[in-house]
Amino acid sequence: MLLTATLFAPLVGALLIALVPKSDQGLARLVALAASLVSLALAVTLAARFQTGEAGFQLGQSAEWVPAFGVSYRVGVDGVSLPLVLLTTVLTPLAIAGSWRMADRPRTYLALLLVLETAMIGVFVSLDLFLFYIFWEAVLVPAYFLIGSFGGPRRVYAAVKFFVYTLAGGLLMLVGIIALFWLQQKATGVPTFDYEALVNFDKAPETQRWLFAAFFAAFAIKTPVWPFHTWLPDAYTEAPTTTTVLLAGVMSKLGVYGFLRFALPLFPDGAQWAQPLLLTLAVVGILYCALVATVQRDFKTLVAYSSVSHLGFIVLGVFAFNLQGLQGGVFYMVAHGLVIGGLFFIAGMLEERRGTRRIEEFGGLQQTVPRMAAVMLVITLGSVALPGLVGFVGEFLTLLGAFLANRVYAVLATIGVILGAVYLLWAYQRMWHGPLEREENRDLPDLTGREWAILAPLVAAIIVLGLFPRPVLERVEPSAQRVVEQTQASSP
Amino acid sequence: MHPLAQANTQPLPVPEVDWRAIAPELALAVAGVVLLLVVAFRPRAGRGVLAGLTLVGLAVAAALTVWNWDLERVAFEGAVSLDGITRYARAILLAVGVLATLMVAQGEAREGEPDDSLPEVYPLLLFALLGMVLLAAASDLLVVFIALEILSLSLYVLAGQTRRLAAQEAAMKYFLLGAFSSAFLLYGIALSYGATGTTNLLGIARASVDPTGDGTLLLAGIGLMAVGFCFKVSAVPFHMWTPDVYQGTPTPVAAFMAAATKVAGFAVFLRVFSGALGGLVVSWRPAVAAVAVVTMLLGAGLAVVQTDLKRMLAYSSISHAGYLLIGVAAAATVPAAVSASMFYLLVYAFMVMGAFMVVQYVSRLGPPDDDAVRERSSLDDYRGLARRHPWAAGLLAVFMLALTGIPPLSGFWAKYYVFLSGIEAGLTWLVVVAVISSVISAFFYLRVLVVAYLQEPAGAAEAEAAPARAPALGLALGLAGALTVVIGLAPEALISAARTAERILG
Repeated sequence: MLLTATLFAPLVGALLIALVPKSDQGLARLVALAASLVSLALAVTLAARFQTGEAGFQLGQSAEWVPAFGVSYRVGVDGVSLPLVLLTTVLTPLAIAGSWRMADRPRTYLALLLVLETAMIGVFVSLDLFLFYIFWEAVLVPAYFLIGSFGGPRRVYAAVKFFVYTLAGGLLMLVGIIALFWLQQKATGVPTFDYEALVNFDKAPETQRWLFAAFFAAFAIKTPVWPFHTWLPDAYTEAPTTTTVLLAGVMSKLGVYGFLRFALPLFPDGAQWAQPLLLTLAVVGILYCALVATVQRDFKTLVAYSSVSHLGFIVLGVFAFNLQGLQGGVFYMVAHGLVIGGLFFIAGMLEERRGTRRIEEFGGLQQTVPRMAAVMLVITLGSVALPGLVGFVGEFLTLLGAFLANRVYAVLATIGVILGAVYLLWAYQRMWHGPLEREENRDLPDLTGREWAILAPLVAAIIVLGLFPRPVLERVEPSAQRVVEQTQASSP
Repeated sequence: MHPLAQANTQPLPVPEVDWRAIAPELALAVAGVVLLLVVAFRPRAGRGVLAGLTLVGLAVAAALTVWNWDLERVAFEGAVSLDGITRYARAILLAVGVLATLMVAQGEAREGEPDDSLPEVYPLLLFALLGMVLLAAASDLLVVFIALEILSLSLYVLAGQTRRLAAQEAAMKYFLLGAFSSAFLLYGIALSYGATGTTNLLGIARASVDPTGDGTLLLAGIGLMAVGFCFKVSAVPFHMWTPDVYQGTPTPVAAFMAAATKVAGFAVFLRVFSGALGGLVVSWRPAVAAVAVVTMLLGAGLAVVQTDLKRMLAYSSISHAGYLLIGVAAAATVPAAVSASMFYLLVYAFMVMGAFMVVQYVSRLGPPDDDAVRERSSLDDYRGLARRHPWAAGLLAVFMLALTGIPPLSGFWAKYYVFLSGIEAGLTWLVVVAVISSVISAFFYLRVLVVAYLQEPAGAAEAEAAPARAPALGLALGLAGALTVVIGLAPEALISAARTAERILG
């Protein structure tokens, strides 16, 4: 019940906003914020009730939905999904607060953000493969309208590219889901999309490869894994900043989560078979996107490429198939969500003040907006994985996992860590240090109270989780261990 | 003895009249005749009166359908069968009839323009429905032909009922090509009668698996019949008429044709091919599968380049015919494919009618103009629709996303069910083609939303024009939209009902 309430509270908020009269935009904002905060409070309660040390799913609920197809409403959380649910419920109120001053159709915008939140939480908590698919595709619709209706000059192109690209992957996964369902029905005689049932029946290795490929299409595009990333810079750059926060902070985790939750335990042989390919693509993605990020002139595009590069580490950790890698991967997902959210928030605040995102337009900002510069420094250092900050724990564990699995990939990926420091610190240096050359930058206002309210929780989480990662890691561990066992289980 | 000679020696059977079995058809026929008389003797009768009478006729037919719901029998010496397909198709067709009546009652005329549609629309609509309902129940090829002619002749006139040049051209095109296809069908019926000695589907089913029969002749007959059916459901390469006719005819008629003709056409397609000719599945499945592939891909591919919404919907309806052909190809060996196809038809009827309703709504906007050849469904007319008419744009979004197959809207479940039955029948490759076609189709459905939501309104003048009141159309839009959403959230009941259609009688 608690989980269901967490899941649908934002959707209820979106419906309530539809009832608010058009003229009363202040009320619409309050309703949106309240709905997202209710969801956050419920998610926190959920975390408090969560039994640490349990590997299986907890706090779940299930009900019949379409028995004719064996589809049911079945949800639950484990150590892997709980941190991601919390991440989603933390970032959404911040994104709503970030959109507070929005002038263009704020009702529609906030309602879409809330629908997006429900769809994304739904992906994380679904324990019925069909329900998962429905939430997976449902993410597309609000994201499409958020990018296409509220974005920058090339928004239509970016939105359509994003939609069609992701839909193509999703439909291939649907064929895989149907085939899996059908095989299961043939094997056991019971038509069901129940996650545990689908994991537990025997699948021939040959079949697993085909099915893995079908799921790979969806997850690799959504993550995105290089070379399926080309929709991402367009979508992230063109989307309004607070949407980008949710896209980069949460939506980019859906793909990796899909690998971790579905592709690996369902098709262990297929995953083993594809491991070299995935590790290679991850490393190529880390290095390639880091290099591309280095030469970007638009700060938002730079952060977008850095996001793809960092996601490569998460894929690397997940496909190491050992506890360190998987645990690190989940932790890194949370870390990445916090850090990338912070980076995009600051990019948006700068754009609001100056009307541009080009790096060369800035310089010496530290002198005019010192508080903002300090916050930005913490977030940037968190992103380049300074020990003591949140990024380090994730990056260290994923690289350790990769090292234990295959040293070559780990060594190559470490170069990516260095490149990450290069492009982020260089960008920091060009924008915030140096002489104050442009007149326009001279009297910029520093952080307002509202902006503090947005950034302070992120900075606090980046520092606290960097110093004390234990509470997260110990909850992730049993569930990650279970995935490792499932993946190793039927390998020859 | 040659089967033909054998057939000639038997006395012509005189069927027992089973009034109850054809009660809904009789109700439609009576309502049609009554309306014709009203139109003839009271030519000034108001539009509301005619529409009201039509709705009463439909309601009586619906009540009789419900009364007959549990009836499963073959009537008139096997000429009409009452089974799941019949009752499910009757229910869909009558619902489509109600929506079409509401659309017709609203008309396409703008505020201040004379309404140039004829009052005979209402009886013609009822006669067309009569033909369709009968077609879905027909289990004798002669009844199939008669039903097909009833519906075709009514549709030819409906298509050309206004004085617009485009409508007249569309009607003429439809009539000429339709006459050809009827001839093909009749020739096919004749050949299969020659091969099997009967026009009854049950008899053909028995004869088709008889090794001593004339297989080549029967196959030729099947091929020609398939041409006739493919024309009606607008499958490639017999689709040429569809875009011109949909674009040219008045929007309510186009909506009716797009939804109802498909329902009736596929009902008979399923009954004849998966039911009667199921024994010959290995002979015709490759051909149907090939037609499905080109229909899906060509329909979706050509829809991408359209700039007129009605034309685009026509091509999209072609590609949907392709998805349904997967159901036909699978149905002979997988009974679930029959229910999947029937469920698809139900869902598709509401989605596509809803899309046409939005077209009608938009074409009624703006100041009156006297140009008789105007086209009012260009995509440019939809620029910024979301800002001018948020409700219409919202419903348009629902219908377009449902047609794309985005969950949890109704179109998704329909597509899913058909794909599932296709995979069960071992036609996975066909399903993969269908997935590719679905991705292509996302381009053009999304393009409509891009225009409506993401582009600014074209002219300031039109933005200021007040929307004309449209109560009947509003009601129809609300019904179609609600059904699309509600079936999406709770499809169970209608899927279970479709499951009862799996056993084909006769």
